[in-house]
Formats: sequence, structure tokens, C-alpha cells
Amino acid sequence: MAELLVWPALIAYGEAAFAYAGVVRGADRLGRLGIWGVRIGWLAQTGLLVAQALSSDGFAWRTWAGALNFLAWLVVSGYLVWGCRPRYRLVGLAVMPVAVGLLALAWAGGGTGVSESDPGGWILAAHAVLILAAFASFTIGAGAALLYLLEERRLKRRDAGLLRLRLPSLEALDRMAARITLVGLALLSLGVVAGLTQLDRGDVDATMTVTVVVLALYGLVLVVRREVGLRGRRFALGLLLGFTLVAIVLPVTHFAS
Amino acid sequence: MKLALAGVSHHQAPLALRERVAIDLHAAASLARRLASADGDGCEAVVLSTCNRTELYLARPADDGLTDRADRALLELAGADAASLAPVAYRLTDESAALHLFRVAAGLDSMIPGEAEILGQVRDAFTAGAPGPLLDRTFRMALHAGRRARVETAIGESPSSVPAAAAALAEQVFEGLADRKVVLVGAGRTSELTARNLLSRGAVVSVVANRSVERAERLASTLGARGVPLDQLPDAVAGADIVVSSTSAPGLVLTHAELSAALRGRRGRPLLFVDLAVPRDIDPALAELDGCFVYDVDDLEAVVASSLAGRRSEAVEAERIVSAEAERFASWRASLVVVPVITSLRARAEVIRSAELARVESRLENLSEGERAAVEALTTQIVNKLLHLPTVRLKEAAVTAHGLHYADVVRDLFGLGEEDE
Repeated sequence: MAELLVWPALIAYGEAAFAYAGVVRGADRLGRLGIWGVRIGWLAQTGLLVAQALSSDGFAWRTWAGALNFLAWLVVSGYLVWGCRPRYRLVGLAVMPVAVGLLALAWAGGGTGVSESDPGGWILAAHAVLILAAFASFTIGAGAALLYLLEERRLKRRDAGLLRLRLPSLEALDRMAARITLVGLALLSLGVVAGLTQLDRGDVDATMTVTVVVLALYGLVLVVRREVGLRGRRFALGLLLGFTLVAIVLPVTHFAS
Repeated sequence: MKLALAGVSHHQAPLALRERVAIDLHAAASLARRLASADGDGCEAVVLSTCNRTELYLARPADDGLTDRADRALLELAGADAASLAPVAYRLTDESAALHLFRVAAGLDSMIPGEAEILGQVRDAFTAGAPGPLLDRTFRMALHAGRRARVETAIGESPSSVPAAAAALAEQVFEGLADRKVVLVGAGRTSELTARNLLSRGAVVSVVANRSVERAERLASTLGARGVPLDQLPDAVAGADIVVSSTSAPGLVLTHAELSAALRGRRGRPLLFVDLAVPRDIDPALAELDGCFVYDVDDLEAVVASSLAGRRSEAVEAERIVSAEAERFASWRASLVVVPVITSLRARAEVIRSAELARVESRLENLSEGERAAVEALTTQIVNKLLHLPTVRLKEAAVTAHGLHYADVVRDLFGLGEEDE
């Protein structure tokens, strides 16, 4: 029965994504509907995850579909930290469609069911949670970066409606993206270390290699930001490049190997 | 209690007439006190006078030509122009007058919907006036309605002038303007106005550049900046966050060729150019540089026009808030009709309770202090509980058409007002 909670979550997330798109088209009032959609969906999905956790003896989201379900929840949770502030609400414009996509894929892959699962080691569970939390951070960071590029484009084009649809300032978006990415990088590093403790010689595969490349790329972008002052448009593009690796190359290598 | 309003505003009266009746806050306070004390019968008065309107609010327990009195006082202000003023003046009473005041406080009656100054002006007029129970409540509710309209809608958020639009745009680029460095190019009035708007938001003017260094230094000294000649501009711009330019130069003052090298060291750090000059001072090609944003007068006027359109759409929601507050006011005012009845009813009940206790005083003599207090509390509680529902029902009925009828029935049933007989 608890499996059915995926539907209110999906519908509410979908409603939020549409509401935010409506705000961009000038329907300001939809912003509040959007954030309520996120909250209701998050509550439903939390209920689903609790049910899954209670029925499992170990880490309940070990399959790729289960992991996507958990990742979607982490992304929405992270977004809610900022999204509750009206000015940051529109970060959801970039984040909520991703959350809907992740949850829909999780459902299609059977990752939203509630069934018993075998117990597993807690270190592997911690590894998975840390990696997923890192990817969730990168997703939100990419959302902020995307919003930065959108806002910068509006400013460059001298859009007359700039003050009617008020996004966070360029500096605020830049700082938000940097902070979230830094948190993601720390979580990814811890996750990789946790994974390495369980790694047998000769177990290295393409997914691990890409994960290390992701780690290196994000690390490089943040170091260059700190040391050389990489900011604004170029920093946003660097984050989007990193997110492309996470969102496209990582799944491809995972399924190919 | 009756409320009357007589006034003129920008809707009907031209400036030439409005200025005949415009008075400062001190004079408004004197007039309000004079109007309130003239009758000596609990008359209340508040005078609101701004550049867009002069309005006299009067209140008194009985009507007795209150509107005429407000009207006369307004025409007296106009002096010889009274005849021209009379046709364009408006007179409102009771709920209509209150609704008008609520709309004024919310900025819905202003030239620019949602303008911020009017709320402060209403507050000042109220503080300086001579309000009594009715005007006190009316003005407090009006101020509340004005605040709600601004907090719950975006009616007051968008800029309504070019300097304000420039400052608002800067806030879209920077996270707060505190300590942001502003460079002014040109020492004219337009630059100064824009600079002052930025200063009010925490920015600092670091440099004023002008063809005449003397004029630059004169303005710089009032803004806490330093004045420099135009040839030092590239260095000044390289360290700035916002550049505001408004010179009368016939050609470009800041060109892409001149500045691209100086700005290379900024590594994409945002820089906002605000060009208020016609012909333009700032090369539009500067917008091609990473982190540079260039806005000219046309762009800023388009932003203002768009945000005013936004204010008008927000005004619909603000009108809803004001209407809700006006309804609350009407309910409160209607409840005044039954307040004397409720007071009499409760007083009558208390007289009966005290008399009955006094009647059995001899039988209560042996009670201890604690037991006597318990009897007092018990009898008071019984009276309160018996009267609670009738009181609530009376207050509910007060806002309907049956309010007066209910009040009469209660008076008759309990013989209120017949005590002396």
C-alpha cells in the first residue's frame, strides 16, 4: 500500500515544476503553489522512504532504481533549504523537473516498491548515501548555475521585465552554487574513501574511474575559483560541465560495465 | 458616531488649485485642533495634506451637518479660490470615507500605485491631528491596511523612477549594495540623484569624474568622494562596482577600446554601467565584456514602465486587502450600536447580583474570608455565563440589518433605561 505514495509525490513535484514554469511566464502567484507542491510531494516521498526503510533489513535503495528514488528525495530536501525563501524559489525551475525525472525513472525501474531486502554492510550503505548526497548537491549547484546563466542573459539583454520576475542577484547565485558544490565535493570525497575501504584489488571499473574524474573536475573548478578568482559565467559553465559528467557519463558507464 | 471627509486630490483638481489648499504638517495639526475644539462636543479631526491631496476627516457622536462643516473648512482654506475648488472637491461619509482613507494609505489612490511616502504621510497626519475614538480606530486600521497591502503584495516593490530603477538593477547584480563602490561620471543633477539613491542603499561613492575638476570636487565633497579629471577614469572604473554617467559630452566618454584592457584584471567580477546621458556616454559594446552590464536611459525607462504595469496588476490584490479591512471596519462600527446596550445589561446584572448578596448578608456572616470569596466568584460566574451568549449574539447581530432591532428587544426585555422610573 505504501508504494502508492509515489503517485502523490510525483504529481506534487510535477505540479511544482509546472507552477515554476508559469511564474517565468508572468503568473507570479503560482510561485506559492509551486513551493506547496514541493512540500507536499516531499512529505509523501518521505513516507515512502520510511516505509521502504522499515521493511528492509539493510540499505533499502541498493538497486539503481532505488538509488534514483533516494537521490530524488535528497535533491528535493536540499532544494527546500533554499526554496522556502521567496527569492530563491525559482531555483526549483531547474531542480524540480530533474526531481520529477529521477522519481519517474525510479518508479519505472521498480525502485519505489516496498519489499524485504537482504541485510548489507553499513560501510557500503554509508558509501552509497554519501555518494548520492554528493550528486544531489551537484544537481542543486547545477540548478543555481543554470539560473545564474539565465539571469545574466536577461541582464545582458536588458530585459525590461527584469524587476517583475525577481531572481536572486548574480552574486547570490554564484555564491550559492559554490557553497553547495563545496559541500557536494566533501561528501563525494568521504563517499569515495568509504568505498575504497571495501574495494578488492582488481575491482576498479569505468564507473569508479568516472567518479574520480568528477571528483577531480569539481575539485579543480573550486581550486581555480579560490586561487585565480574564477567567478560568474565561467564558474557556472564549469559546474554545468561537471553535472553533465554526473548526469550523463556516469549512468552510461554504469550500465555499460 | 459619524465620520465625514471633504477633500481634493490630483484626480480632479489641477496643481494650481491643490496648492491653494496645501498646508504643512504644523498648520495641519493646528487646523485639526481648531476644528476639534470649535464645537466642544467630542468632535475629532485629522487633516491630511500632501502634494497630491488635502483631506479633512471629521467625526462626531451626532451627524448635525458634519459633512457641511468639513466642506466649509476645506473651502475656507482655499480663500478666494473657494468657488473654483467647490466643484472638484469630494465629500464622503462613514464607510465610504473610511474605505477612501484605506485606499489612500495603501497607495491605491496615488499617482504611482503603491508609492511608499503616503503611508508615512498618513501616519504623520494622524499623529499630529486630534483624533478621538472613531478617528483613532479608523486611522489605525487604515495604516494596518496600508502595511498589509505592501507586505502581502508586490505593489511597492518595483521602482517608479529612473534613479530607483538603476538602484534596483544594481541589486539584481550584487548581493546588497553595502560598501559597493560607485563612480560618478559628470557632476550634474541627474548623476547626483542616482548616486543619492544608491547611497541610501548602503553604496559608497568613491570617485566623481568631470571635465571641470572643480565641479567634480564640489560634488565629491558632499558625497564623501574624491574628484578627478576625466583622463583618470579608466583606473577609477577598474576598481568600481557601479558606474553612473551623465555628462553633456557630444560623444562617448567611456569606450570599449579604452576600458577593455583596464577591466581585464576583474576576471568577470560584475560591473554595472548606468548611462543617463543623451547622447550616450558609455559605449554599448562594453556589454560584450565578461561581467559588464550596460543600461542606458531607454533601457531604464522600459524597466520603469514594465514595473509600473506590474504595480497596476498587484493593485488588484491590494484592492482585495483594502476591501477586507474596510469590511472589518464596518463590522466594528456597527458593533458600536450595541455596545451601550451590552454595557447597560451587564451593569444591570451586576446591580442585581450585588443587591441579592446584600439581602442575604446576615446569613453569610458566619462564612470565612475564603468562603465569602468563593460565593462572590460563584455568583459572578453565573452572571457572566448567563450573559455570555446574549452578548455574542448581540455583537453578531450588530453587523446585520437586525442590529438595532436586537438592541431594542434587549432593552425592552431587561427594562434597560427604566431603572430610574
